[in-house]
Amino acid sequence: MGSSRREFIRKTSVATAAIAGLAAVPSAARAALLAPRAASPSFGDDPDIETLAHLALDAARSAGAGYADVRFARNRTQSLFTRERRVQGLVDNQTQGFGVRALVNGAWGFAASRELSRDEVARVARQAVQQARANAATLVRPVVLAPATPVPRGEWRTPIEIDPFAVSIEDKVGVLLAANAEALKAGARFVNSSMFFLREEKTFASTDGSYIVQTIYRTQPRVTVTAVSKDQSDFQTRSSNEVPPMGRGYEHVRDAKLLENAPRWAAEAVQKLSAKPVEVGRYDLVLHPSHLWLTIHESVAHPTELDRALGFEANYAGTSFVAPPEKVLGKLRYGSHLMNIRGDREQPGSLSAVGWDDEGVKPESFDIIRNGVFVDYQTTREQAPYLTDYYKASGRPVRSHGCSYAESWSDVQFQRMPNVSLLPGEKDLGWDDLIAATDRGIAIVGDGSFSIDQQRYNAQFGGQLFYEIRGGRITGMLKDVAYQMRTPDFWGALDMIGGQKSYHLGGAFNDAKGQPSQVNAVSHGCVPSRFRNINVINTGRKA
Amino acid sequence: MSDLRSLAQSARYLSREECEAIARRTLGFVTTPDGARVNISSASQGNTRFAVNQVSTGGDSYDTSVTVTAHAGRRSGSSSTNQLDDESLRQAVQTAERIARLAPEDPEFMPELGPQQYQPGRNWSDATAALDPEGRAGAVRAITTPAASGQLVSTGFLDTRAGASAVANANGLFAYTRGTATALTTTVRTPDGTGSGWAGASHHDWSQIDPAALGARAAEKARASRNPVAIEPGRYTVVFEPTAVGNLIQFIGRALNARAADEGRSFFSKPGGGNKIGSKVVDERVTIVSDPFDPDVAGSPFDNEGLPARRAVWIDRGVVTTLDYDRYWAQKQGVAPTASGGSLKMSGGSSTTDEMIASTPRGLLVTRFWYLRPVDQRTILYTGLTRDGTFLIENGKITRAVKNLRFNDSPVFMLNNLEALGTPVRVSASEDGGPGQAIMVPPLKVRDFNFTSLSDAV
Repeated sequence: MGSSRREFIRKTSVATAAIAGLAAVPSAARAALLAPRAASPSFGDDPDIETLAHLALDAARSAGAGYADVRFARNRTQSLFTRERRVQGLVDNQTQGFGVRALVNGAWGFAASRELSRDEVARVARQAVQQARANAATLVRPVVLAPATPVPRGEWRTPIEIDPFAVSIEDKVGVLLAANAEALKAGARFVNSSMFFLREEKTFASTDGSYIVQTIYRTQPRVTVTAVSKDQSDFQTRSSNEVPPMGRGYEHVRDAKLLENAPRWAAEAVQKLSAKPVEVGRYDLVLHPSHLWLTIHESVAHPTELDRALGFEANYAGTSFVAPPEKVLGKLRYGSHLMNIRGDREQPGSLSAVGWDDEGVKPESFDIIRNGVFVDYQTTREQAPYLTDYYKASGRPVRSHGCSYAESWSDVQFQRMPNVSLLPGEKDLGWDDLIAATDRGIAIVGDGSFSIDQQRYNAQFGGQLFYEIRGGRITGMLKDVAYQMRTPDFWGALDMIGGQKSYHLGGAFNDAKGQPSQVNAVSHGCVPSRFRNINVINTGRKA
Repeated sequence: MSDLRSLAQSARYLSREECEAIARRTLGFVTTPDGARVNISSASQGNTRFAVNQVSTGGDSYDTSVTVTAHAGRRSGSSSTNQLDDESLRQAVQTAERIARLAPEDPEFMPELGPQQYQPGRNWSDATAALDPEGRAGAVRAITTPAASGQLVSTGFLDTRAGASAVANANGLFAYTRGTATALTTTVRTPDGTGSGWAGASHHDWSQIDPAALGARAAEKARASRNPVAIEPGRYTVVFEPTAVGNLIQFIGRALNARAADEGRSFFSKPGGGNKIGSKVVDERVTIVSDPFDPDVAGSPFDNEGLPARRAVWIDRGVVTTLDYDRYWAQKQGVAPTASGGSLKMSGGSSTTDEMIASTPRGLLVTRFWYLRPVDQRTILYTGLTRDGTFLIENGKITRAVKNLRFNDSPVFMLNNLEALGTPVRVSASEDGGPGQAIMVPPLKVRDFNFTSLSDAV
């Protein structure tokens, strides 16, 4: 990976420099440009960034930090928005900067700036230390970091086939407008479509001796079709959300087949106008992976974050019913024996895949729920020591699971969920098998409205498409469906799941947590699953 | 330490002269003949988080961004950078121009505005801009110290921002303003986890926020909310504290898009065609306005395109009076475009919260809502849950804490079921505890609010 990685950096640096008119500036001269407001040095394994990183760490140490890390990042994003036959926006953004995190006598400080200069990295490092001293005034329990193996030189990049930033704007616009045209032909009144691409070049260095360079890609194409009734008394939308955001390149757009799928999405939006309003009651739910990923996200992935369980997120995201740790680890029955949940940051194409997390820890996949019993939390270096007794009792080392993440260089890293996935069952069952085995139920495709309380007990989920199941067959479309659940009861009602062949990755770009709120991109793998006797409400009202 | 203190104490942001110079340099790189716009923003942000009665993390950051929108005929492209050197600005211009040349013609293209006159903004506060990490830690201690000595567990967030923004275009338009924003929220819980209380405030002026008072209010609610009992979900008369009202009213603000209404995909669409301007949609005691120059809810004096901001009256005594028009849709419909700044202020009445409680034989008191998500845009129907202080009212008195409840209802239905209104106050109604949009609303007493299930969450 090393040589191809360097080649990639060289190519992109040259391309960037050529655009900027700096192609001929040699490295030594560029180093001289590292005065305030100098031209940006290139990223990755660039010696200039490495120099600045060491300057930041040295400055933090000299000011009194016991531990410090610094993250440099350059993010490029591109967004395209269209509606019907028109392009609404084409935006290409680049932002770069760095953030220094300093631990002083057990208290954290963090400061960040956009200016990549020697003076500024030293100033910001001292600012982080100064802030840590101010924060220490309230100290009750000093931060202790679990050990992490230093990574003297690490490199990782999302394996992609096609660099989305190398594909022309014309091609991208062409795909979106063609998909819109197909949807309009198939009966849509309105159609909005978009593409979003991200490339994040991120360099991490710590006083533990790590230096890690990573390049991460994310891609999402999206289409939302709206159908309106003739008398304007009703409208219904259908989003393409079985095409999830992914940690892939432009090949994800290619594979999404927007043109081929647009007529179906439009036809389904039109069909929803005349769908039968659901009768309230209890139903067996057959949930498609394009829907179930969000239920897993909200009712399993969030409550098993250790910072929530310990009360650190009580003012926003909330606490957790999976608490206190000593009473639930290895003991709490979360769901039926079919429920096996695993955290990972390695599934190909997943949004959470990285080589190392944002504090230099190499993530390993770990079981969160085994045969329905809760066995572990998501952790970072400062969190893992809270579980020392449990890990020691089960003969495991006290180590972070590698769940540290920051949205950008200007945000402090903290615990964010990795991919949290429902493992497939042993039997080779699929979507159709679950429907065939269900006598009276509702099948739900795609995620819709979602809401859950601050301890993750009571949730309500909508969807994109709802089908009535009678006698093992789909007998028609329903609308205005939402189900309400209490988390442990819901997962206890899981009685049938699909096999490996029906496994699908869903996910989100915009999972918010923390204050100030940061978004995390995360995937959730799962299989079609059946839940018995779930409470369904009708959400339709007259204005 | 003195040099460090001075660094932290003065919030960094770009001056008018710096913005003018950056805009001039950037526009100087433009080669397309059909105009370009530059949007500049720069801000310092400082925050302190606390949990379990101590500071957990914090952050101080400084950033700028320059966004170039270039036009080639009726084609447009945008590019942004956060680097201010000539080469970065030139590269942003070139990227925007390249995109613009590749883009298809936009049938809805609107040319850039000419020079405009602006009123000065009213949302700057020196007190907010001067709040440094020590000051923030002091404010946090005013909450954590009493909480700890009262055997309670406090958690919270203080967020401050001070910055400037500017718009300039090739037609000679230039607008500049600076603004501040801050919010302090705290959740105080009982150590046994059976009680939780919240209080929060948001304003552009830090001196309007009293940390100790917020901490005391959250602590009082935490104690009062211990050991909640279950009640049957259903329709209840509810006394909403102002924060809860703000949580819901903001969704009316988000549904005001005129084009969506005219296109038949909004609550404000009229069955049969057109929109609901002129129709009575809520109780006649309700007036909702956005006013960027009202010191209570002040905002930016211009929008992203440099259009001067103006007061907008959305609902006047229950009747829809205008909707939100962008420049294209305004021109198409023959009306003036809206640039209202996005704050919301709702009319009130003379009732106090105590009077509302006293006049209620059986009902609920709701402190605030959480995890609000749209269920049905046709009726602005939302779902969400009560949180951090939900109480039963019996025979005119608060008698006990009740478990949290999920509702499925609409702010439109709520404003049609009004029993009483109180005095409007500024609230912190954003879910994430950031400053969010400026909202000023009264406490309300409402009948028949629809709760659909019970939650065990505290």
